[in-house]
Amino acid sequence: MRRSPLLVASAIAVYLFLYVPLAVVVVFSFNDSKLSAEWVGFTTSWYAKLVRNDEMLKAATNSLVIAVVAAAAATVLGTMAGIAMHRYKSRLLPFMVLTPIAMPEILLGVSLLIFFITTFGEESLSLLTVIVAHTTFCIGFVAIIVRARLAGMDESIFEAARDLGATPWQTFRLVTLPLITPGVIAGALMAFTLSIDDFVITFFTAGAGVPTLPLTIYTMVKVAVTPEVNALSTLLMLLTLTLIVVAGKIAPDAIGGKG
Amino acid sequence: MAQLEIRNVTRRFGDFVAVDDVSFEIKSGEFFTLLGPSGCGKTTLLRMIAGFDLPDRGSIVLDGVDLKDTPAERRPIHTVFQSYALFPHMTVEQNVAFPLRMAGKDDATIRSTTRAALEQVKLDDKGGRYPHELSGGQKQRVALARGLVNRPRLLLLDEPLGALDAKLREQMQLELIRLQKDVGVTFVFVTHAQAEALALSHRIAVMNHGRIEQLDEPSRLYGFPKTRFVADFIGNVNMLDATVASTGATLSLALGKLGTIAAPAKEGAQPGQQGVYVIRPEQVSIRAAADAAPEPNQFEGRVYDFLYIGDVTTYIVDLADGHRIEALLANSLPGRARFFDVGDRVRVSWKAEAGAFLDA
Repeated sequence: MRRSPLLVASAIAVYLFLYVPLAVVVVFSFNDSKLSAEWVGFTTSWYAKLVRNDEMLKAATNSLVIAVVAAAAATVLGTMAGIAMHRYKSRLLPFMVLTPIAMPEILLGVSLLIFFITTFGEESLSLLTVIVAHTTFCIGFVAIIVRARLAGMDESIFEAARDLGATPWQTFRLVTLPLITPGVIAGALMAFTLSIDDFVITFFTAGAGVPTLPLTIYTMVKVAVTPEVNALSTLLMLLTLTLIVVAGKIAPDAIGGKG
Repeated sequence: MAQLEIRNVTRRFGDFVAVDDVSFEIKSGEFFTLLGPSGCGKTTLLRMIAGFDLPDRGSIVLDGVDLKDTPAERRPIHTVFQSYALFPHMTVEQNVAFPLRMAGKDDATIRSTTRAALEQVKLDDKGGRYPHELSGGQKQRVALARGLVNRPRLLLLDEPLGALDAKLREQMQLELIRLQKDVGVTFVFVTHAQAEALALSHRIAVMNHGRIEQLDEPSRLYGFPKTRFVADFIGNVNMLDATVASTGATLSLALGKLGTIAAPAKEGAQPGQQGVYVIRPEQVSIRAAADAAPEPNQFEGRVYDFLYIGDVTTYIVDLADGHRIEALLANSLPGRARFFDVGDRVRVSWKAEAGAFLDA
């Protein structure tokens, strides 16, 4: 089929719009100049500097701990929610599980902040509150992916397991879980990427003592957009991209792509 | 003796009565079929026997034990699903071994029993394959082997041949009969295909609107249907509105303008009673109007159309009063594709002991 030149041109324009800013960040992270304005020469010194920056390393550690724990918790809870949504066909359940996804982040952030402060006091804001907050908004994503995985399956497979002598727990362990594993892993990766680059909700729930990578970048940018920020952003981009590609390969039916 | 007893079982879904006060018994070693159109309650009944659903009223008793407190996984009853429901992430061998593993058998027993089960369905060379690598017929055989491997008391089969093409279906029917004979397990088969039910079963329960219309052996069901529904559902049948003229050793029926015919006596028939007279097309003989000697139950008509099927031809004959009747003629003479043409004047007749008078 012949494509109209207008269609091709507009597609190119949209892709440029999407990716040029990202490309600029990557390119200037290798720029041998303290000011980002013009290209001077190639260097990897900003990455080296980044690795020696204690503040940055602490933020990175925080972000990783939050993302791993929140993703793990969200995966367990989200998988359970996904199975429940599939099995009970309730109208209310998807609504309850998926609302945090649809909610404006700022709203979720503020309400979580108010919840933590009024319930546990101002000093309760910590790594733990961030983890809880991230888990909250990640559950829905995991649940959607797991449910999508289950939706395509022949229901009688699970009945067959029971029929042939498996207890409900054995059915879950030997049949359901192996069949939804790709969805569960994809959901976990998705939760991890969502957590590691979250700014808004983290901003409200982290308090003063818990810098994360996005928070640190924001603080640095307030002063000036240094090449160090570019380098950090590039690394974060690379990590996120890798995880999304992997998740897409594992469960293409749940995360767009083929199928 | 009675192995499975269904006692006054009723199951409702909202206002819809799926199974309505059904009772029957299944004997040990029997090939028993629940036959009926979709929505007749046969699958609901099967699911209750398997333990996926519970009756609202009544009880299901296996070997003298009420199953109401026994969950599906503890019933010695296995199911072969219409979709086969093989575990896609397990090999053929692992699929067949599954019920043995659940029963806690030791590894050596599992291995040898699984191998024997696969040999029985001639799939011993396919043990390492995954379900998606198998043909429909092979999947079917894996499902059968898996259902039978630890010798359940009952094997339930939910339209298992529905997904197969006609040729393969016939072959699987023969295999099913052989398998059932070999293992001696009681089969409860659910289908809407009447020919399949007739070919396979020892006994058939014909269901309609949640009730059993008739429970009988295939030949009796076909030859002596007790209700209009059974006559219509099983095989082809001519159905003529009739009124009882007189009763006695034979029944005399008034067929509107056609006049009176003789039919087999029916218990409880009263003069003046309205109903239908049913007769199978193969019981109706057809000959040229000219060379027919006068006989009882003989009517003149014109060939309206015919269906040549190969082994037989079905003639559709318009009788003088507007009734239309089908007659079957075997094409057993070589080279003779058909005997009559559209518009030919013919006489149709049938024996006084053929057919039956049924309540409307």
